Amino acid sequence: MSEKATYRPEGIHDAFTEGRTDEAPTAGGPAKPAGPNLPSLGWRGMLRWTWRQLTSMRVALMLLMLLAVAAVPGSVLPQRSQDAAAVLEYLGDNPTLGEWLDRLGFFDVYSSVWFSAIYILLFVSLVGCIVPRTLAHGRALRNRPPKTPVRFGRFPATAQGATAASPDEVTDAVAAHLRGPLRRLPTFRVDTGAEEPRLGRPATRTVAAERGYLRETGNLLFHLALLGLLVSVALGQLLHYRGQAIVTEGRGFANAVVDYDTFDRGAWFRPASLSPFSMTLDSFDSEFASDTVAFAQARDFTAHVTVSEPDGGTHSEQIKVNHPLTVDGAKIYLQGNGFAPEITVQDGAGETAFAGRVPFLPEDTMYTSRGVVKVPDVSAGQEQIGMIGYFLPTAVVEADGSARSVFPQPQNPLLVLEVYRGDLGLDEGVPQNVYRLDTASLTPSVDDDGQTIKLLVKPGETVELPDGLGTVTLGEQVPRYVALDLRHDPSLAWVLTFSLLALGGLAVSLFTPRRRVWVRSWETTDDGGRPVTHVELAGLARGDDAGLQREVDKALASVPGVADDAADGTNDDKPDDDRLAGDHQRTATED
Amino acid sequence: MQIAELSVLLVWGAATALTIALVAFAIDLGRRTEARADAHAEARTPAAVGAASGPTSTIPSTQDAAPAPARRRAAGIAMSTTWLGTALLLVAIVLRGVAAGRTPWANMYEFTLVGSFMALAVFLGMNLRKDFKFLGAFVTGLTVLFLVLGLNVFYVAATGVQPALQNYWLVIHVGVAISATGIFTVAFVASVLQLLRDSRDTGSPYLLRPGFRWLDRVPTPTSLEALSFRLNAVGFVLWTFTIIGGAIWAEHAWGRYWGWDPKEVWSFVIWVVYAAYLHARTTRGWDGRRAAWFVIVGYLCVLFNFTGVNLIFNGKHSYSGLNTDTTGGA
Ligand code: HEM
Repeated sequence: MSEKATYRPEGIHDAFTEGRTDEAPTAGGPAKPAGPNLPSLGWRGMLRWTWRQLTSMRVALMLLMLLAVAAVPGSVLPQRSQDAAAVLEYLGDNPTLGEWLDRLGFFDVYSSVWFSAIYILLFVSLVGCIVPRTLAHGRALRNRPPKTPVRFGRFPATAQGATAASPDEVTDAVAAHLRGPLRRLPTFRVDTGAEEPRLGRPATRTVAAERGYLRETGNLLFHLALLGLLVSVALGQLLHYRGQAIVTEGRGFANAVVDYDTFDRGAWFRPASLSPFSMTLDSFDSEFASDTVAFAQARDFTAHVTVSEPDGGTHSEQIKVNHPLTVDGAKIYLQGNGFAPEITVQDGAGETAFAGRVPFLPEDTMYTSRGVVKVPDVSAGQEQIGMIGYFLPTAVVEADGSARSVFPQPQNPLLVLEVYRGDLGLDEGVPQNVYRLDTASLTPSVDDDGQTIKLLVKPGETVELPDGLGTVTLGEQVPRYVALDLRHDPSLAWVLTFSLLALGGLAVSLFTPRRRVWVRSWETTDDGGRPVTHVELAGLARGDDAGLQREVDKALASVPGVADDAADGTNDDKPDDDRLAGDHQRTATED
Repeated sequence: MQIAELSVLLVWGAATALTIALVAFAIDLGRRTEARADAHAEARTPAAVGAASGPTSTIPSTQDAAPAPARRRAAGIAMSTTWLGTALLLVAIVLRGVAAGRTPWANMYEFTLVGSFMALAVFLGMNLRKDFKFLGAFVTGLTVLFLVLGLNVFYVAATGVQPALQNYWLVIHVGVAISATGIFTVAFVASVLQLLRDSRDTGSPYLLRPGFRWLDRVPTPTSLEALSFRLNAVGFVLWTFTIIGGAIWAEHAWGRYWGWDPKEVWSFVIWVVYAAYLHARTTRGWDGRRAAWFVIVGYLCVLFNFTGVNLIFNGKHSYSGLNTDTTGGA
């Protein structure tokens, strides 16, 4: 499309915004008059119409609003990807509503059909809009500034002046000023010209200048970067893996799928991408505030580990919150910590039925931690044993027998256990949560008053289980455990790159002024018969541009020996002259 | 006296100074109205109402009429008490940081202080270049409200922070988020004024009552729209950076850069609303008044992200300091 159709410099309308709205025709753009004139063409026409609608700004706007609204339910309702247990709880509390919400994807909002549909449509619309615009911009980059309009009167910024310098000198000076000091990277793209006498005006010299091509470049970069971001996030989803492991002090784990407690992977993940290193947790340190204001608030967690590389080398490392450890491209995060008391159970027959470390999950700031011991492997004829317990790092036992923890460090550890017996249901092959004991089909141990018996066990102690079930022993040392999260996502660098490109593009497109300036100068004579050059300037900007008038004024000020018609000459003359001297010199050396 | 207590005292001092500024700004706005009302009644042109698409608008100075001495006195008092309040607030923030031994923006109370400070700083900075005093009553009014709310509802004692927050990203991510919030606040005021003035110009019976005469003294809807846009553009870029910075930090601290945590969801919603606003401005039929509504919705989302999301939802981002939840940090 010709330059003339894209730019209408004569008008005061914002010619720049055309091509951005859906109503104005653009050079090769997808925009078309949106309106009630539905196509009477066949299916091809219909397709074309649909495509044009989809790529119009109006529809993009609707999709953006829809996207904002569609994102909200995911913050209100529990989401499976974050807290599957909360979703189950919600489904239990609201069976009917919950089932419907579940069917409609409200517990997996961000992977639901409707959420995906909105953003995919948005990106299709984006592509449809960006590709033609990129092509048009590619052409526009070689365009010359639009030619000087005949009349300057209706432009948003104008200025006039008179000078003793000739029109040629004026033209050169203003052109040099507008181009700026960098020859290779001119501020304005400038064309100078001449006009024959017309409309009662003598022959004139003109300058047509335009700046801010980068604005559109930045805008396109921003949108393309968003596209790149989407693609890299999607690739990351396909290629990543994430494993979680609980490791207790002195023990280790190997980077292999089977060694993780949970393991997530993308569809394109290959187990071969797991580097076969292994790691041992040497020790774990924690620090808590002991001042009254923030009593017991966590201050520092450090896991000291030894990493064994596949090539046999070993090295000691630290993992802290905010400071994951990177091994062979995979990052290992410290996500949680707690106590894993060593518990030994002997059944009624005196056989050791269970011996091991049991991770207890902290439930409050004082590390009151909850855990479950399941003892299925009892001697023949014995009932299986299940225990639910609390581990209290610094226990205080009240007069009524209740116990609580008053500090997160193990200053006075105590294990409180409730005992159940019966069939634990482990033999049915249904996977069970190791942190949950289903007590529905079990018999609790109660005392004579029918109260549930609570056993209190200190480190190193052995306590008799009720109902002749045997004994339980708590190890002398209480080992700590860390919950580690290991993650590998090859797309991270791309995600970051595209985010930063989007940010940069955005800033350039929002803060680069897009302006045009025209200058016309011609010679007449003043009252005394001396030759005078009249200078007229006009400026136009895309959108609201508070700096436009200043730009025009500065261009006028660059005219050698100018007297500004609008201002009262005496005040302005001097500083202008000073400035001009500088400009002149620059012009001279440059040309 | 403890440094922390001194800081609180200074915040009260700032709130008091700003209240005086609020009254003075209101008087100033009222006086200017009287001085200009008659002249304006004749010259009232329904120029380019709501049609902000034209390139014609530059922000006009509101000092076109010769200032009456009384008016100047009110404006002078207003500006100097605003400077005083802002300075007191700055000292209060610094002392808070000294008392806690860290960057003073890690919980809701501190966020409120610094956010209010940013809004005031933006307002004062704008006034250094041009006369934007008509915004003063609203900016100081909002910040007084925020400060008093902060002192009474969000206050927590100054102390260190949990391991997840011990990171330079606390300075960057939260600092930029606060700056964006401060700028959005001023832009919100401009957009509200734009809608009010526009409604009065187009003859809304309610706004034509004499009580709203002061609206004639704020700039035209077109230039208010332009002002709001310029601020929102800066705010939006900062917000984009907030989200990117948050994601980088989340990658370090939580092991994933994005997980649709409630705070992340709402930051995303805000981002999309302001993005929609930018698109609306360039879509015919959606500029002017409708664009201003986007600013209002966007700002309400910002407020909700700060209050509602911190207090109602239980996400990883539970750093308000008002709940005692251990799980956030490890
Ligand atoms: C994608 C990730 C993240 C996003 C999108 C995000 C977004 C935000 C936003 C928008 C705010 C300011 C708004 C407000 O509170 O009203 C904010 C504040 C804050 N962010 Fe983030 N953030 C992210 C990650 C993080 C991480 C990883 C941490 C720390 C471990 C963090 C710590 C904070 C803190 C301490 C505040 C100020 C206190 C508060 O208002 O709750 N953010 N974040």
